[in-house]
Amino acid sequence: MPRVVSLFLPTWSTDRLRRKLGDAAPPPETPFVLIGRQQRRRSVVAVDSAAFAAGLRVGMPASKAQARVSGLVVMDADPAADVEALERLALWALQRYAPIVAADPPDGLVIDTTGADHLHGGEELMLSGMVNRFCHSGIAARAAVADTWGAAHAGARFRANPTLVIPPGRHVDVLHRLPITALRLDSAVTDGLRALGFDTVGEVASQPRAPLALRFGPELGRRIDQAMGRVAEPIDPMRTPDLIEVRRAFGEPIGAAETISRYTARLVDQLCHVLEEKGLGVRRLDLLFHRVDNTYQAIRAGTARPVRDGRRLTRLLTDRIETIDPGFGIEIMSLTASHAEPLMARQVISSLVEEPEADVSDLIDTLGNRIGERRLYRVAPVASDVPERSFMRVAPMSPDNGENWPDHWPRPARLLARPEPIETMALLPDHPPVSFTWRGVRRRVRRADGPERVFGEWWKRDAELVAVRDYFQVEDDAGEHYWIFRAGDGEHSETGSQKWFLHGIFG
Amino acid sequence: MRDHAVNPVIAGLRQRIERLEGGVARDRTVLPFGVAAIDDRLPGGGLALGALHEVAGGGNGAIDGAAAALFAAGIAARTKGKVLWCVTRADLFAPALAQAGLPPGRVIYVEAGDEKALLSCIEEGLRHGGLGAVVGELARLSMTASRRLKLAAESSGTIGIAVRRWRRQTEASDFGQPTASVTRWRVSVLPSAPLPVPGVGRARWLLELIRCRAGESADFEVEAPDAKGRIALPSDLVHGSPQKEIGRRRASA
Repeated sequence: MPRVVSLFLPTWSTDRLRRKLGDAAPPPETPFVLIGRQQRRRSVVAVDSAAFAAGLRVGMPASKAQARVSGLVVMDADPAADVEALERLALWALQRYAPIVAADPPDGLVIDTTGADHLHGGEELMLSGMVNRFCHSGIAARAAVADTWGAAHAGARFRANPTLVIPPGRHVDVLHRLPITALRLDSAVTDGLRALGFDTVGEVASQPRAPLALRFGPELGRRIDQAMGRVAEPIDPMRTPDLIEVRRAFGEPIGAAETISRYTARLVDQLCHVLEEKGLGVRRLDLLFHRVDNTYQAIRAGTARPVRDGRRLTRLLTDRIETIDPGFGIEIMSLTASHAEPLMARQVISSLVEEPEADVSDLIDTLGNRIGERRLYRVAPVASDVPERSFMRVAPMSPDNGENWPDHWPRPARLLARPEPIETMALLPDHPPVSFTWRGVRRRVRRADGPERVFGEWWKRDAELVAVRDYFQVEDDAGEHYWIFRAGDGEHSETGSQKWFLHGIFG
Repeated sequence: MRDHAVNPVIAGLRQRIERLEGGVARDRTVLPFGVAAIDDRLPGGGLALGALHEVAGGGNGAIDGAAAALFAAGIAARTKGKVLWCVTRADLFAPALAQAGLPPGRVIYVEAGDEKALLSCIEEGLRHGGLGAVVGELARLSMTASRRLKLAAESSGTIGIAVRRWRRQTEASDFGQPTASVTRWRVSVLPSAPLPVPGVGRARWLLELIRCRAGESADFEVEAPDAKGRIALPSDLVHGSPQKEIGRRRASA
């Protein structure tokens, strides 16, 4: 079953204009509406959140809106530019999220993320990442993921707050409770249904189909079936002329894994030729399968550096071939370099004396595509004395600047995710405990080293202005070494709670 | 049979030429500990490269595996090239690895969701051949899985180290099951040597070589790896003073 993300941008037109105007834009708290022509009168076609809060709605006459809110900023709408900007946004999402992306005018995107969510840390993280990214650039967004486009579309507009994951197979329940406007129908149809007394999708869906079709046409039934997943609704993936794409159509549909991988290798070769002419290397590679039942299947592979090595790219794609369901057969395969970067020639070490460090970027790509790029990392030192802040994750292929941690004090091999409270007997202010109880076992302290005083970082958090931790390395009777600390300096209560915690285990 | 002792430079060059020619498949070389007492017990005079080794912690160490991880870090530190460290739980503290000789620039971490994915990552890393060592923190290691890892390690000459750690003490019985690893070690902590001043000395371990193909099992008392990843025999032990009153708790084997 596919998984489809629908991204809803509720105030897209006004947000886009604000971004475009930059400093000249009205401040966010000022009500702001766009005016367009509907039939013969001027009416409101877009409102921002401030105007919405002031009671303005889409479809109001312009004069009424202006009369109702003083200081209302009014501009002319430009629907063509909105759609064009939406297409650009779709292209950005294509490079970033998944191979099948389309603009969903007037105010959304639709993304088929089947088999791509693990690269972004799971569906929930992916959605919240998406929404946050838009919010940071000043565009309000809501997102939902479901088994069908229709359900995701409805979920994003009526349920997402600001993200919603509808688990596989549960979209029907969610849909049943939504109002009929969630079905992407003409307003004439929804008004007609309301006049008949229908409110929710569930009420309409449980009615006999024929009388409704007679009255409202086939569109109503089709939309219901699409949302429920009874009828396929393919997303037409967006493509632009400057994307590098090679494709192959088959006279007879193919389906066997060996055949697919053979043609994959050929397509990769073709693509590498095109890339070579342009001096580019691939960062994101999309292999799309057009099935005979008019749906798409896709494989996406990413690389840490620009790559133009045919064998390596083929390997990355064929590694995931078992995720492809050929159905009744595949008619067309197309391979797209959705993200390409210049690939420069580099000097390799020509000396025989010095052994070059082996290149592991192909391994990184293979593993990254298998388990997700975020789960593959290196750790780099951060200048902080607080242990849990003294490191950060960096990309595995980021350059190594040779930095290391200071090694004045020994550090434990295991650091607990969160310091665990322990019960102790200790002399204050600067003696280690005589004994402590951790996870129900009492341990007598034989030897200890410390204290290593760590001060709070007041420039990061106000609460740490006077905070202190005193770390000790202690050894118990069995020879096991633990890293424990006391919150506070042992004398002044404002420096911490004076409680003891266990933070790490030495090897 | 080449004579490595005659001219190590020539021997090294020969090896490099062989590798360039692709005849790497069964090139069994070893990584010595640099401690004669241990190296003498191992066939070939060190840990076999291109093979799988298993390390587990004894006692409480079976759960946290801190000493076992440091022991693995010490071995990995003495190889050349990047090290792939595969985990399912992200509680490894990188500064400690740096103190055992593995600077942050050398270690690439893989955080797999489950052990199945973890095994495939370890295997992929071993097969690649460009890495110095691959370390995987595992709870279960079946005969089939270990054989796959062993074959992958042999094909590339990369050393594979399985650090066994469990969530509960009772699960440690899995360590008794046969696997295809060449050596199997257990590292338990010992009280450190008393210092003339208050404080904690260099950590000491009881290193048990439980299983060793074409060799015999043995026990050693060693000091934890230094900043270059070298373990050492404690000086008082060299003089033969017996260690008494070892309050160690063992994992069931």
